[in-house]
Formats: sequence, structure tokens, C-alpha cells
Amino acid sequence: MPDTHRPPTPQQLITLSETSAAIRQSVIKMLLAAGSGHSAGPLGMADVFTALYFSVLKHRPKQPTWVGRDYVLLSNGHICPVWYATLAEAGYFPKAELKTLRQLGSRLQGHPHLGSLPGIENTSGPLAQGLSQACGLAYALRLDKRNNQVYTLMSDAEYQEGQTWEAYLFAAKYRLANLTVLIDRNNIQIDGTTEDIMPLEPFKPKLESFGWHVQEIDGHDFSAIISALYLAQSFNTAPSAIICRTIPGKGVTFMEGDYHWHGSPPNRDQAAQALKQLRTIQGQTWNE
Amino acid sequence: MERIKKLKVPAFPIQLLDSGTRDGFGAGLVAAAELYPGLVGLCADVTESVRMADFAARYPDRFVEVGVAEQNLVGVAAGMALGGKTPFAASYAVFNPGRSWDQFRVSVCYSNLNVKLVGGHAGLNVGPDGATHQALEDLALTLSLPNVTVVVPADAYEAYQATIAIAGQVGPSYLRLARDKCPDVTSKNGSFTLGKISTLETGKDLSIVACGLLVAPAMTAAQRLRQEGLSVRVLNASTLKPFDTKTILTAARQTGAIVTAEEHQLHGGLSSLVSQTCAQHYPVPVESVAVKDTFGESGQSKELLAKYHLTTEDIQKAAWKVFNRKVKA
Repeated sequence: MPDTHRPPTPQQLITLSETSAAIRQSVIKMLLAAGSGHSAGPLGMADVFTALYFSVLKHRPKQPTWVGRDYVLLSNGHICPVWYATLAEAGYFPKAELKTLRQLGSRLQGHPHLGSLPGIENTSGPLAQGLSQACGLAYALRLDKRNNQVYTLMSDAEYQEGQTWEAYLFAAKYRLANLTVLIDRNNIQIDGTTEDIMPLEPFKPKLESFGWHVQEIDGHDFSAIISALYLAQSFNTAPSAIICRTIPGKGVTFMEGDYHWHGSPPNRDQAAQALKQLRTIQGQTWNE
Repeated sequence: MERIKKLKVPAFPIQLLDSGTRDGFGAGLVAAAELYPGLVGLCADVTESVRMADFAARYPDRFVEVGVAEQNLVGVAAGMALGGKTPFAASYAVFNPGRSWDQFRVSVCYSNLNVKLVGGHAGLNVGPDGATHQALEDLALTLSLPNVTVVVPADAYEAYQATIAIAGQVGPSYLRLARDKCPDVTSKNGSFTLGKISTLETGKDLSIVACGLLVAPAMTAAQRLRQEGLSVRVLNASTLKPFDTKTILTAARQTGAIVTAEEHQLHGGLSSLVSQTCAQHYPVPVESVAVKDTFGESGQSKELLAKYHLTTEDIQKAAWKVFNRKVKA
């Protein structure tokens, strides 16, 4: 049964925004150290990851394979820097390890690999595969009468992959109510905006027509994200999708909304500038 | 995760001797389901023809119909394995792994998940459906992936044993099945061991290494060759990965010449494995009976096997050719 949802207090909201600012800073430092990787998506989804891991999820970072845990699967594997940063922030592994992202021998692979790192529940990279995996996991959990929730994070451009729609049909047919998909609706992909490359709108009615429960929220509003997640749990006849409207590159002014940052890392000067902005958000002083 | 231990395997249903590898699989799946409560079956709209229907009828709660969606089939199977299940994911080999190869590569093999891929109607023997439905590349697709076990049973008896063995082994696998019936060639040989190439006939002049539906013609060819004066060893390569190089190299050393026979493209299957093994460790002449870099077409199974040179006579010819090469060398 879903937990009773109480809206976050003002103090909790402040703590959440400090956590997401810290996660964004980790992302910038990781990308700078790696010299390659995706900037826009990880920054854009930092608030959703923060709300999920620090407010809603049942998990034990020191016991990552705890049988009672909720599962988080990432379908758009390329935004894994934000997943790694969130897991480290939550205590799954030392934050010092974040700077090894994409390096030879690192547990932080360029795209997530099941078994490489505590808290990583699936392998993904080729788009849409995480959603099918989540469907199978949700089905297996229900078969064993287990109450664990399955959360899957996806990008909007993954809805250009045929496999996504195969999985949508499947989840609806089998009424996978223990499955919640969080969609990063940031409107960008590598070659441009989603609506230029291959339009997805009208997006929400499309998803609803497949028999899913669909909510659309501001993906930077912690209260909205948290209440949407609890509401999704309370639906017990169909899978849930939450369209999170996000700003790609959120928190770094020169990255916000610019699709050129989809697949690029910052250089040293850009990283310094980004960190300065993010520390200001967090209320800290710039002292490096 | 269920514990894998020695369990009493139910006896092969004797009425299925001389049926097809898919029939052996169907019976093996039911038997394995009794042994392993975590076993689930997934199919993409071809349940009866890949012989999953008995399993589905007996275990409706453990059978999942995914519709015509092979990519999702394999992704869902991977998710089931994440949840501790032992999924068998079946469709025709042209679609699975044909259409689901990326999912098999990333979601299953790279993750090293306990998913059993089943490709039915493989090879030319699907006949009239034509080239689109004749999987001649599935072994190349699967053999090139790390972590996977690749199995090609020669008859119903072996398919039955292989299915139970695969269910009891943790990790990804690919099981190749055929549509046609085929004569029993392995039941007298006793037990089946994953990863072992079995010796069906002993001989010293040359070896025929065959897999799948070409094992029976290889046996017939060996008998005829014996009448012609050649002593021929017949090896059944039912596991192609991991490849039993020891048995192949013993045959190379002791017989000095090898014929390979498979219902698959020349490149990337059994011929490639045997040639590579010999070239690297003990070079001997090798001749290959396989589809020679061409697509198939519609026709009766027998007509196609004749046209594409996969018959008993073709194996005999290859045997004399490789023997003469050995003698001249």
C-alpha cells in the first residue's frame, strides 16, 4: 500500500534544493574530469532524482540489494552522471569516486552497467531498453506478490523508438500498476528540438490513449514531483507516466534550453562559471 | 534466485523420438518448469509453433504473451531475470535474435542476466515461407556475444535434455530449434552435457563435425563412406559456445581431416569455429557444408537442402575431397 503523503515542509524544501544543487555541482565536476559526456539532461533531471531518492523511494543505501527496496531503472542511460551523483550523495558509494567517470577501470561506466556499482539496477544506453526491463521486473514482482515499486526514468526522445510503444502496450495490457515512468520532457535531443526532429505532441493524449495514467508537472517543483509520485502509487489499475517539464541544463544559465549541450561537457572555464552559479543557488559563497 | 542443484530429471517422453527439436523443447520446458518454480515462458505470437503451448496450458500464470514485439519480448525477459525469474523468451529465429539482437546484447548478455533465448524455425527447413523466414545468420549473431551459451540440438531427445540443462544453468543462452521432423540420433548416446561435443561414431580417416538437423545426414554419410572404405568419426557439436576445442583438436590430430556441416551461413557458425580452432592450434584440411553466402528461397525443405548443397551426398563429396587433400599433403 502507498504511504500516506504529507506535503514537504518549508525546511524540507530547502534541504531538497540544497541536495539537488550539490548533485548538480557533482555533475559539472564529473563531466569536467571525464572530458566527455552529457550536460543538459543530467542537470535538467537533478530535481526529479533528488525528490525521488530523498523523499519517496524506499531504499537502504548501505544495503543496496535489500529485498524490500523500490527499484529505480534508468532507460536513457546517457544521463547517468546525475544517477551516479545522486547515489553517491545518498551514500551508496564514496563521492570521491565520482571523478573517475568514464575512465579506464572505473565502476562509473559511460553508460550504466548492471553490477558495476551499488544502486545501479539495470544496463542501458540504446534507448527504450530500460522501459521494457522495468515492465518485466514489475511483472515478476507482482507474480511473487511483492509490493516494491518500479520507477523508470526516460527521455522524451526515447518516444521516437518503436520499442517504447511495444512496452507501452505491454504495461497497459498487464495493468502494471507498480510501474511509474518519469519522463524528462526537456524538448531537446542531439540534432535539435524534439518537435523539429520528430514531433511528439500532442504528447500527453498519446500516452493516455495507451491506457496509462498520465500526469504532467513542473519537473523543478519538488512539491509537485513528490505529490505526483505518491498519486502515481495510488493508481492501482494501470501503469503511470509523469511528464516532467524540465529545462535542459537547469541551474547553469548558459546551458539552459540549448540543445548543443545535450552531448557536450563543459571546459575548465565553463565549469568554473557553472559551479559559481550553482553555489550561488545553494546560498554558498564562491571561494575557489 | 533459486538454488541450482542436482534434481531428478523426468524421463524423455519416448513417443517424441523422431519428432522435431521444437517438440523436444516443448516437453523439456514442461519438465524444467516442474524442477524450477522460477521458470517463466514468454512468447511473441507463435506459441503453438515453437511448442510452448503445453507449458502455457499447464502454467498459465507463468506464461506471458507479449504479442508481435520481439524487442520488448527480450527486454521484458531481462526485467523478469532482474526480478529473480528464469525466463525462456521464444519466437522464430529470424525475429529472435534477428530483431531483438540489440536487446539481447545489452539488456541480457552485457548484464549477464539469466535469460534463455529460443529461436525457432531456424535454417532452410522452414521451406515455402522463403528467404525472409529462413534464419541462416542467427548463430553468427549469438556466437559473437560474450557471456552466452549457444546450443543447437540435433534431435528431439537432445533438445529435451538441452532445455532442462539450460534451465538449470545460470546465465544467458541461445537455443536454436528447427521446424522439420528429424530422426533420433542421440538417444542411444545417453546423457547430454552442456559444452561437450559428443562422439556418435568413431573413425580414423577423417571427422565430420555437424550440428542441428545435419547430424542425421552426417551419420548416414559416414555409413556410406564406410562401405566405400573410409573410417569416419562423427561428432555432434550441440554446444557451439563455449566451444569444446579439446574434442575438435583430438579429432584433428587423430583423423587429420575435418568436414563441417550446418544449416547456416558459411561465415560465423560451426565452420568458422572449427576452421579457427584448427588454424590456430593444429592445421588440418577442412571442408564445409553450409549455405555459401546466399539467401534462400521458397520451396520444399528437401528441394532447398538439395539446391543449397546440404544433403547426405554433399557431406559424402566433402568427405572424399578433404580426405584427398589430407593424403596429398
